[in-house]
Amino acid sequence: MKFFIPKDTTALALGAESVAMALQAAGAEPVRNGSRGMFWLEPLLEVETDLGRIGFGPVSSKDVPGILDALKAEPSSHNLYLGPVNEISFLSSQQRLTYARAGVGDPVCLDNYQTLNGFKGLKNALSFTGQQIVDQVKDSGLRGRGGAAFPAGIKWQTVLDCESEQKYIVCNADEGDSGTFADRLVMESDPYQLIEGMCIAGLAVGATQGYIYLRSEYPVAHKLLNIAIDRALEANFLGDNIQGSGKTFHLEVRLGAGAYICGEETSLLESLEGKRGMVRAKPPLPAIEGLFGKPTVVNNVLTLAAISSILEQGAEVYQNFGMGRSRGTLAIQLAGNIKRGGLIELAFGVTLREVVEDYGQGTYSGRPIRAIQVGGPLGAFLPESQWDTPMDYEAFAAINAMIGHGGIVVFDDTADMAAQARFAMEFCVLESCGKCTPCRIGSVRGVEVIDRIVANEDRDNNLILLHDLCDTMELGSLCAMGGMTPFPVRSALTHFMSDFTGQGRGDN
Amino acid sequence: METGAQNTADISHLVTQFKAVPGGLLPLLHAIQAELGYVPDSVVPSIATGLNLSRAEVHGVISFYHDFKTHPVGRNTVQICRAEACQSMGSRSLEAHAKETLGIDYHQTTADGSITLQEVFCLGNCACSPSVRINNDVFARVDQDRFDELVANIRGEVEIK
Ligand SMILES: Cc1cc2nc3c(=O)[nH]c(=O)nc-3n(C[C@H](O)[C@H](O)[C@H](O)COP(=O)(O)O)c2cc1C
Ligand code: SF4
Repeated sequence: MKFFIPKDTTALALGAESVAMALQAAGAEPVRNGSRGMFWLEPLLEVETDLGRIGFGPVSSKDVPGILDALKAEPSSHNLYLGPVNEISFLSSQQRLTYARAGVGDPVCLDNYQTLNGFKGLKNALSFTGQQIVDQVKDSGLRGRGGAAFPAGIKWQTVLDCESEQKYIVCNADEGDSGTFADRLVMESDPYQLIEGMCIAGLAVGATQGYIYLRSEYPVAHKLLNIAIDRALEANFLGDNIQGSGKTFHLEVRLGAGAYICGEETSLLESLEGKRGMVRAKPPLPAIEGLFGKPTVVNNVLTLAAISSILEQGAEVYQNFGMGRSRGTLAIQLAGNIKRGGLIELAFGVTLREVVEDYGQGTYSGRPIRAIQVGGPLGAFLPESQWDTPMDYEAFAAINAMIGHGGIVVFDDTADMAAQARFAMEFCVLESCGKCTPCRIGSVRGVEVIDRIVANEDRDNNLILLHDLCDTMELGSLCAMGGMTPFPVRSALTHFMSDFTGQGRGDN
Repeated sequence: METGAQNTADISHLVTQFKAVPGGLLPLLHAIQAELGYVPDSVVPSIATGLNLSRAEVHGVISFYHDFKTHPVGRNTVQICRAEACQSMGSRSLEAHAKETLGIDYHQTTADGSITLQEVFCLGNCACSPSVRINNDVFARVDQDRFDELVANIRGEVEIK
């Protein structure tokens, strides 16, 4: 019998290490796998048996002896028994491409990765020209998963078309939005997939150096990425003369330093250059003048990870998922006050209500859901009347909301939406790079004005002022930090006005 | 402890290690902080000389990033997540509880030097909030009792798993 207990951040945060120790003490040395992203079941103990991989969860160290006993007799008699893991509906109903391997085995085991189709995409790419790879990416319809949803193939074409002796691939692993952990899950559960995607990107555009800009808040991902890079280098999937092709690609992880704005691509490039993370004006586009002034592909972790499956399975397979102009799968991250939170990979088009009600099963607190924030701190708060919106870039834009990086934060009916609006402004105060006055000063004023509205000081005029301030920030900011902080604020005003006036709960 | 700002630590080996690295200032600052616990003012001139930057540039970078500390910190760093997912699960009251029981505000250190309290915006553990990071370990679903237990543990008062 083989045992598996994850070593991803969430499983560890819920006590996976002590479960592993209890297993060891009982002579059952576990494989430390990645998480499957069913976080409400973590620590999820899996056991390979004649019945296939069966699960128990959430497990604590004191459950281990009982589970081992049950395994000798009748596993299903244990109250934490979940049945075959692949048949748990939260998982079996997903359409997993990027996360197909997540949780199956030891994330840094190269053999395991290759057994599960790893590096097939890279091997295909090595037989293509750069233009052929870029064409595949274009045909897949893949759009950037970091938030702005820009077509990846078009960005790559720009970099490919630039003449330069040095180009770069930069992976944006700053994942700063609250409610998101999809990048982390790739890096902690299947890091080779990201490495493979970056290497393919390098082959496509003619870049020989890559950097992963990783947030410092992810120490586990940092450790695992470094191990994976070392092993990939040793096995010649990175480095010089990759698999005898004569092609070169080097990769290095660089740590951020706790600045949300460094997720914005030009700020990130400044930071990688060792400077303050001040946002650059565009043009020039990073694709033309990026890192150290050289043509640079900047893509999110999920964008680059998807490249591996596109090159492995073909553009058409990927493009066959999705709706409208949103092709492929979306890594939905269900978080906040939710009973069953975790990673849900589905084709674009599922409604928000299906996600929170069917997958999430409502709030953790058991109280009614009041508001849902999608797309991170710059995303709108959505009232119930908007939960039937399909998860599609255009459908969300049509209601002044955004999918962003796919994070969903659920709030129950105890949430104070005026306090949330105030926080949106406060976060902008703390994280603004300081370049534009509307963002830097406007957000400070925003906090003050919201305080006055709530305190009923000249409320009507202050409400007008708050809307003016939002207009100014939207129009006068260089990037979405200042430009979209008004989105959560305005949505709170529009749908949850009673929280600002203390007049009951009249949501609309 | 507070005299540490006068730190005369020798960081020349680190400067040597990073001076030829493209964009090496952030990795260098991280390395200094890992070794000394913070980035004392006294090391700024050697960083500037080594990396061929002005002192103002080095100061500018240090002050831009929330991670870099210019004063000594406690033996343990406790970070409470203040971002939205954790707010939805009660992190506001957890913050208040932490400040009250430790008797300090954010960016301060307890009198016994054991704990520096910090805010953090997202630890990527948002499906099992509220989250707290202590040094390099993240903890999930931290309510007030769990917080007290974790603090007692790092102070060596109790042993927990
Ligand atoms: C304030 C701000 C924060 C951002 N944070 C991130 C982030 O954490 N991760 C990310 O991939 N993109 C982030 N972006 C988007 C990037 O600027 C950029 O669009 C993205 O890295 C491009 O990669 P993609 O096309 O693969 O999405 C942010 C943008 C803004 C304005
Ligand atoms: S909007 Fe804010 S964060 Fe963006 S460039 Fe302007 S000041 Fe910087």
